Amino acid sequence: MITLLTLFPLVGGLVVLALAASRDLARVMAVVFATGSLVLAGLSWYSLNPTHPGMQFEEWHAWAPSLGIWYHVGVDGLGVLMLVLSAMVVLMSLAASWRNEKQGGVYFALVLFLEAGLFGTFTALNFIHWFVYWELSLIPAFFMVRLWGGKGRAKAAAQFFLYTMVGSVALLLAFLALFQATSTAGHPGTFDFVELAQLAQSGGLSTALAQNLHWFGSSEHTAMLLFWAAFLGFAVKTAVVPFHTWLPSTYAEASSETTMLLTGAMSKMGVYGFLRVLLPIFPHQMQQAMKPLLWMAVATIVLPAFAAWAQKDLKRTFAYSSINHLGYCVLGVCVAAQLTGSDVGLAQEKAAALTGVLLQMFSHGLTAAALFWLIALLERRSGGLRGIDDFGGLRKIVPVFSGMMGIAIFASLGLPGLNGFPAEFLIFKGAFPLAPWASSISVLGLLMTAVFLLTVIQKVFSGPVNPKWEAMPDLTVTERLALAPVLLVMLLLGLYPQLITGMVHSTVTQWVLSMSAGIKL
Amino acid sequence: MIRPETVPWIVRHLWMIPVLPAAAAGVSAVLKKSQRKLSAGLAIGSMGIAFVLALMAFAQALAQPVVRVNNFPWMQFGDQWIVLGWLLDPLAAVMLVMVTFVGLLIFIYSLGYMAHDDNRGRFFCFLSLFAGAMLGVVIANSLLLLFMCWEVVGLTSYLLIGFWFHRPAAAAAAKKAFITTRVGDLGLLIGMVWLYSQAGTLLFYNQGTGCLEQGAIAAMGAHVAMGGMAVSTAMGLLIFCGAVGKSGQVPLHVWLPDAMEGPTPVSALIHAATMVAAGVYLVARVYPLMTASALEVVAWVGAITALFAACIAVAQNDIKRILAYSTVSQLGYMMLGLGVGGVAVGMFHLITHAFFKALLFLGAGSVIHGCTEEQDIRNMGGLRRFMPVTFAAYTAGMLALCGFPLFAGFWSKDAILDAAHGWGVSRGPFYLGAAGALLTAFYMTRQMYYVFFGPQRVNDATVSAAAVARHAIPAEAIEPVVSPRPGEVCIITDPHESPAVMTGPLVILAIFAVLLGFVGWPAWPWFQNFLAGKTATFDWGGFSEPGLLSVMMTSTVIVFAGLLLGWWFYGRKAITRANEPDALERLQPGIFRALADRLYVDEIYGVTVIALTRFLAGFASWLDRWIFGGLVRLVAWLAVGVGWMDLGLDRFVVNGGFDEGCREVARGGRLLSHLHNGRVQNYLRVLAAALVVLTVLLLWGHRG
Amino acid sequence: MTPLAGCLLVSALLFSIGLAGALTRRNAILVLAGIELMLNAGNLNFIAFWRFGPHPEYLTGMMFVIFSIAVAAAEAAVGLALILAIYRHAHTSDVSEITEMKG
Repeated sequence: MITLLTLFPLVGGLVVLALAASRDLARVMAVVFATGSLVLAGLSWYSLNPTHPGMQFEEWHAWAPSLGIWYHVGVDGLGVLMLVLSAMVVLMSLAASWRNEKQGGVYFALVLFLEAGLFGTFTALNFIHWFVYWELSLIPAFFMVRLWGGKGRAKAAAQFFLYTMVGSVALLLAFLALFQATSTAGHPGTFDFVELAQLAQSGGLSTALAQNLHWFGSSEHTAMLLFWAAFLGFAVKTAVVPFHTWLPSTYAEASSETTMLLTGAMSKMGVYGFLRVLLPIFPHQMQQAMKPLLWMAVATIVLPAFAAWAQKDLKRTFAYSSINHLGYCVLGVCVAAQLTGSDVGLAQEKAAALTGVLLQMFSHGLTAAALFWLIALLERRSGGLRGIDDFGGLRKIVPVFSGMMGIAIFASLGLPGLNGFPAEFLIFKGAFPLAPWASSISVLGLLMTAVFLLTVIQKVFSGPVNPKWEAMPDLTVTERLALAPVLLVMLLLGLYPQLITGMVHSTVTQWVLSMSAGIKL
Repeated sequence: MIRPETVPWIVRHLWMIPVLPAAAAGVSAVLKKSQRKLSAGLAIGSMGIAFVLALMAFAQALAQPVVRVNNFPWMQFGDQWIVLGWLLDPLAAVMLVMVTFVGLLIFIYSLGYMAHDDNRGRFFCFLSLFAGAMLGVVIANSLLLLFMCWEVVGLTSYLLIGFWFHRPAAAAAAKKAFITTRVGDLGLLIGMVWLYSQAGTLLFYNQGTGCLEQGAIAAMGAHVAMGGMAVSTAMGLLIFCGAVGKSGQVPLHVWLPDAMEGPTPVSALIHAATMVAAGVYLVARVYPLMTASALEVVAWVGAITALFAACIAVAQNDIKRILAYSTVSQLGYMMLGLGVGGVAVGMFHLITHAFFKALLFLGAGSVIHGCTEEQDIRNMGGLRRFMPVTFAAYTAGMLALCGFPLFAGFWSKDAILDAAHGWGVSRGPFYLGAAGALLTAFYMTRQMYYVFFGPQRVNDATVSAAAVARHAIPAEAIEPVVSPRPGEVCIITDPHESPAVMTGPLVILAIFAVLLGFVGWPAWPWFQNFLAGKTATFDWGGFSEPGLLSVMMTSTVIVFAGLLLGWWFYGRKAITRANEPDALERLQPGIFRALADRLYVDEIYGVTVIALTRFLAGFASWLDRWIFGGLVRLVAWLAVGVGWMDLGLDRFVVNGGFDEGCREVARGGRLLSHLHNGRVQNYLRVLAAALVVLTVLLLWGHRG
Repeated sequence: MTPLAGCLLVSALLFSIGLAGALTRRNAILVLAGIELMLNAGNLNFIAFWRFGPHPEYLTGMMFVIFSIAVAAAEAAVGLALILAIYRHAHTSDVSEITEMKG
């Protein structure tokens, strides 16, 4: 089932590539395959048993067992959530590209390849082929930025690729070390996420490190080093300050349709790594590194929120906003690793923070993709202009566009009733008792988000009409119909977040349990 | 959860009260622009039904004055549930009736006021959404639900202040309102999550386990936060932050006067009667959480706000701004009442104020409407002849606001002053409140004289700063003295009375402004008892409470003094020209200037908080570009440098060395090939020599 | 002087004469003759060490020398054939003039 899910867009990409000569045919096929993927992802969402805590739909095949390499896939609440999100974002991005004549058949094929990479990343449970997918998704993204981006695309694409690559290499080294540490005479080590997590929980991992890796005097230091290496890989992908500098220029230089994919789906890969790898495999290291981690999370929330206010380019503003929103996820993950002993109340706070992180991943993916979609529509109408001071009074000229963008902006701002709020509330609810100071400072991020988003509304949509845009056409009926479902989902999730929280509750409970179980030992 | 059959129908269906207007908003959001009539009808219809339901709820609360709740699970984290719910108790019932009733009147009034606006479909959509959210705040049985509705209320306030978004001033005011209140809301958010972690629930009442019930309160009182402050006090103060922002208390009051950029019905409904009072309602709702020391802060903030805003109101010239500062000041009284006297005292003033301030704003709207959008009171004058109904209603509202004896405001304000007088902690708030009352009477008298009395002052009207901002008149066009007004600025050509759809609500509100006080006057303190869940009896003995009569006398004297002062300055000699300086200005130009400039609070914020934020934004951007980005560039340069170095190493060291080595080997070969000259005997000779050497060596070795 | 030393002395003389011949003569045939002398010196040594060694009862030295003589005969034949071939090719048997193998 899951293998089919990952293969489907891959096949679709090949089909689209074969038809690339005709843009019309290619885009139809691309949308067909993306819709099919969404249906498949929706099916797995539908058939997932939400009360079962572990992995579901697992597939095990020997690949190179002597090297610890197994084809092992499966999903839990987190995985299936990410599958649905990436399928939705890909479909949204394709819909946004529908009328962008610059993006031809090859582009659509790359989007589908990227989708395959995303699906693979979110389902693979063995490091080796997970890593293959992780890197595989990077390649189409690189070409999409490099070939269809703006003026500074070459530099941005190179920076994006190299920066991410550095992180990936660190990650790879960390896992090779783990493999070496877990191998014993006659038995290959393991690359399996689930097995590694179990080892970490039972304390077997630190014993193995102490026995097999004598890099430093103590295994503590070795484990710490491995943790930071893996952290680097995910921090770069998530864009945790100070490893975020690739993000604003990449988001700004990539075409908005590509940015939708980057921010909507790919940035979630980093947070996914935090949840799937760092939290289960390195819980003790996270506890020991709590102070710097919290500071980084706070910096990720606050600094970009301030920096966003100083930007003049709408895409850069929203790029910084994106960093800020993922900062809440990082904060939520970090506090969930806090050492709390057997306090039941604090375990509940952890559950709240982690549920909030999952909600935030989904809701930010949706909101950010919608925002960049609207920016793509705006750019097409303004001939590429997107400075914050280039417009004015748009609400009068294009009321429907402004209304839809307004909804997306307020969702991003965390207005109750829209999808951002339940996530941010849960994260703060969990984070405050566990890390009062960090969360109190992070609240500044919420304030600054309001400041810069409302500044955008004020400068772009309000005020006197800029005569230059008097003839700007409003959204067409097709565009309205395409955007409306997204906004409806945002509203629905704001009013009834249980749709998601109900799917992930047992996953979250299991995480929290396993963490407190690990602490007992 | 309570079994449904034991819960009365209205409690189970209380959710319909907020949902109906919200649904109306949702429907009219997708209506076409041409279907304005339908969306107005939807708004008023839904509000009417909500009003009827609110009356039913009120009857229920009257019959059984206890807390009735209906909770439902909302979302899940791990194995826990976040439970939301709604409640019906006397406090909520009173607010429900007030909000739906005032709201309904204002909706009807808006039909007339917004008749000429093309976008009134959208206006009614936002207004309905506001009503829904506000009613949600009222019936929420969970601080979280209350906060959610509270934020949506803030959104609608933002949308409605910026309703005429093409005016830069309106757009800026909307932004300012949202951000300033959000500052307070973040305090509320922190307070809320803290409360959640301490009490384990955000439900107010849940059969003994709610956070306002005895068990949770007792548990929290035991904890001590930093600085020796009880956790509950710290939490109470954080929650109060939200109220400070929403209710425009000092120091977050700056947004409320600017919010007058919105249409006047909005100012009446949102920024006078209901939303700004939500802060007071919030404090009243979580009153059990407020410890004595938290209430002390509430009382002082309220008292300071009451006087501070009243001072500024004295020197304003925009009819709505005067009322706005008056609202800030009255909200201060409500907070003071909560701080020193308890829920009933504050809430009583909230209810009476809602009626008479809505009346005043609607009256002001009627004046503005009749004067073709003029808002500067100096340019009006003598309007009582043209608008008799408005004048009569406005007078009733003004007297109620001043606290003229027997009017609604008299009883409610007097209750506050009485409580402040009897406050054990300090007499300070009482004096502040009394001084504020004097100023209130004074500035309202001033406004009355400017607007309704004297001759018409249209001909030499000055262009007010607000009008300049609104109509984008270039600054050069304004001259300090007499100037013929530019053509595009509206001029009061034919002051006229407003249509019945506008005066009707005025008259109804006026009746309430006069009579409402009697539901809580000392002889029949029904209101106070109702909130406490008791029944009241009529008893003149209520006046015999120690100190009450003397305070009442004092406040009466103060009101008359204020009215007299107002008459002395503005009524004794009719104001004839719009550009003549204010009577007070002639007396004390410096102070008047400072007050007219709102005591420079905005300017101070501009150079402190806002400048700091701007600096931080620039700094963060700089940090990003030059430090973090610079580090990355540095690493990149280093990498490139290493690359060049490698290239050099390769080209000159590795390659060079290898080539050199090869050349050496070749040369060595050439040298050796000389030995290999093909002469066999030479080879033999070498062999022989080697043999000899070998032999010698061997012998030598064996020798020792 | 022991018989062994006498034998060795004779053999050393023989070797030296052969060496001198091989090094000094230009005629390839004479060089070959010198080499034969040296070879025989070696054979003499074999015999001497066998005869006066610890186990004269095993005929090891004898066997060696017989083989060596056989090989030397074959070698002389091959050498002479080579010299003949070179003479045919270069019309000389003077080794100092044959420098074909110069590197």
